[in-house]
Amino acid sequence: MKAPAFDYVRPQSLSEAVGLLTAGGNEARVIAGGQSLLAMMNLRIAAPRLLIDIARLPELSAVAEDDDSVSLGAGVTHAAIEDARQPDPSRGLMARVAAGLAYRAIRNRGTIGGSLALSDPAAEWPAVLGALGAEAVLCGPAGRRSLKCTEFTTGIFETKLADDEIVESIRVPKLSTDASWGYLKLCRKSGEFANALAVAVADPARGHYRIVLGAANGAPLLLGAAAQVLANNPGDREAMGSTIAADLDHAADRHFDSFQRNLLMVAAMRAVQQVTR
Amino acid sequence: MTAIRLHINGAAIADDVPPRLSLADFLRERRNLTGTHLGCEHGVCGACTVLVDGEPARACLVLAVGCDERDVRTIEGFAGDPAMAALRDSFHRRHGLQCGFCTPAMLIAARDLIRRGRASSEVEIRQGLAGNICRCTGYTNIVAAIAEAAAALAGRLPDAE
Repeated sequence: MKAPAFDYVRPQSLSEAVGLLTAGGNEARVIAGGQSLLAMMNLRIAAPRLLIDIARLPELSAVAEDDDSVSLGAGVTHAAIEDARQPDPSRGLMARVAAGLAYRAIRNRGTIGGSLALSDPAAEWPAVLGALGAEAVLCGPAGRRSLKCTEFTTGIFETKLADDEIVESIRVPKLSTDASWGYLKLCRKSGEFANALAVAVADPARGHYRIVLGAANGAPLLLGAAAQVLANNPGDREAMGSTIAADLDHAADRHFDSFQRNLLMVAAMRAVQQVTR
Repeated sequence: MTAIRLHINGAAIADDVPPRLSLADFLRERRNLTGTHLGCEHGVCGACTVLVDGEPARACLVLAVGCDERDVRTIEGFAGDPAMAALRDSFHRRHGLQCGFCTPAMLIAARDLIRRGRASSEVEIRQGLAGNICRCTGYTNIVAAIAEAAAALAGRLPDAE
C-alpha cells in the first residue's frame, strides 16, 4: 500500500528538530533512515501528520572517541557499522551484528539510533547495546540526558524516550583487549528479525559480564545469574545450562512457550560457548 | 507539494512532489522509469532496489522528498558499466531469470555484492541475495550467473561511482 498523506519538513539543526517535534505533539514523528517507519506507514500501521526529516543533521552523524568509549551519532547506519567506517569499541561484535541485520539495502539507510528508538523486541541493537553497557544520549527541549540502554527499552516497542525527545548519540564503552564476546541470532532466513537472539560479553579487566537475550517477549532480557557463572565458572557447561534455565524460569512474566524457550536456551548456550572457547 | 532537485541516471531533474510519494512511485509514474518494480511496498521483497548516492536502497522505503540533492540510479542507468555488462551477459547465458519481475533489482543487488567483494562463494552470494525474492524460485541460475560474473570480473573490479 501507500503511506497516508502527511506534511514534511527538513530542519537544519538538532535544536530546530526538537522544536518542531515539541510543537508537533504526538502527531509528529522524526524520520531518519525510515526503514521501519515507512514500512509501517505503507502498511498504515503508523500515520503521523508531520514527518521531521533528521537524516542529514550533522549532529547525528558525529562520532567521537575517548580513552574509555566511542560515541556514535544516532544517525550512523548499520552499513557503516558493518564496514567499520568509524572506531569500533566492541572488538568486532557490532560489525558482526550489523552484517546480519536485515539486508544491505536496508542497512545502507537504517540507523542505530532509529533501531534503539523503535525498540522492536526482536531487533539486534537494544540487546547488543545493553550487553555492551552502552548509554543513549537523548536531546529534548529541556536539554540532554543519558540513560543506560538496559533502562531505555522498557517493553515491546516501549522506551523511556519522551514524545519531544530525539536520540542524539549512543556512548559505547570500549571492551578491554582481553575481552571476548559471543553472538547468536536464530532466524529461518538470513536477514529476518530474530526468533531468538543472544549476546554474551565477558570483560574480566573491567569486571563486566553480561548475557542478554533478544526476541524475548519484551525488553531485552538480562540473564543475571548466568552472567555470574560466566564471571566465576565459565567452563562449567552444566552449571551454565541449569543457571540459564533458572533465569528463564525466573522471567515468568515473559510467558515463553516451550519452543521459544528452547530456542532462547540454545542461543544463550552457543553465545556463551563462543566466549569461553 | 515540495520542490526537489536531484540527479536521475545522470540527468538533472527538478519536480514538485507530495511528501507521501515514494521514490519508487516517483520513478515509475513521474519519470516513466518502469524498470524499478514494486512488489510488497514494505521493504521485504527487494524488487524496487535502486542506487541512492551509489548505495542500494529500497525505493519503496525512500521518500521522493528525501531525495532532494541526491543522485539516483535505476536499472535504466547502467549503460557502459562493466560490472552490469558482465552480469547482464551471465544472466542471459545462465538463464538467470524466468518472469523477469525481480531481475532489475537482482542485477543491482548483485552488482553491489561483486563491488564489495561479497560474491566469492555460493553461500556468500545466497546470503547477500537474501533481501531479493524471486517468486519463480529461480535462485539456482541467478546464483550461478552472479558467481560467473564475479569470476569474470575478478581482478578488474570496476571504478567507483
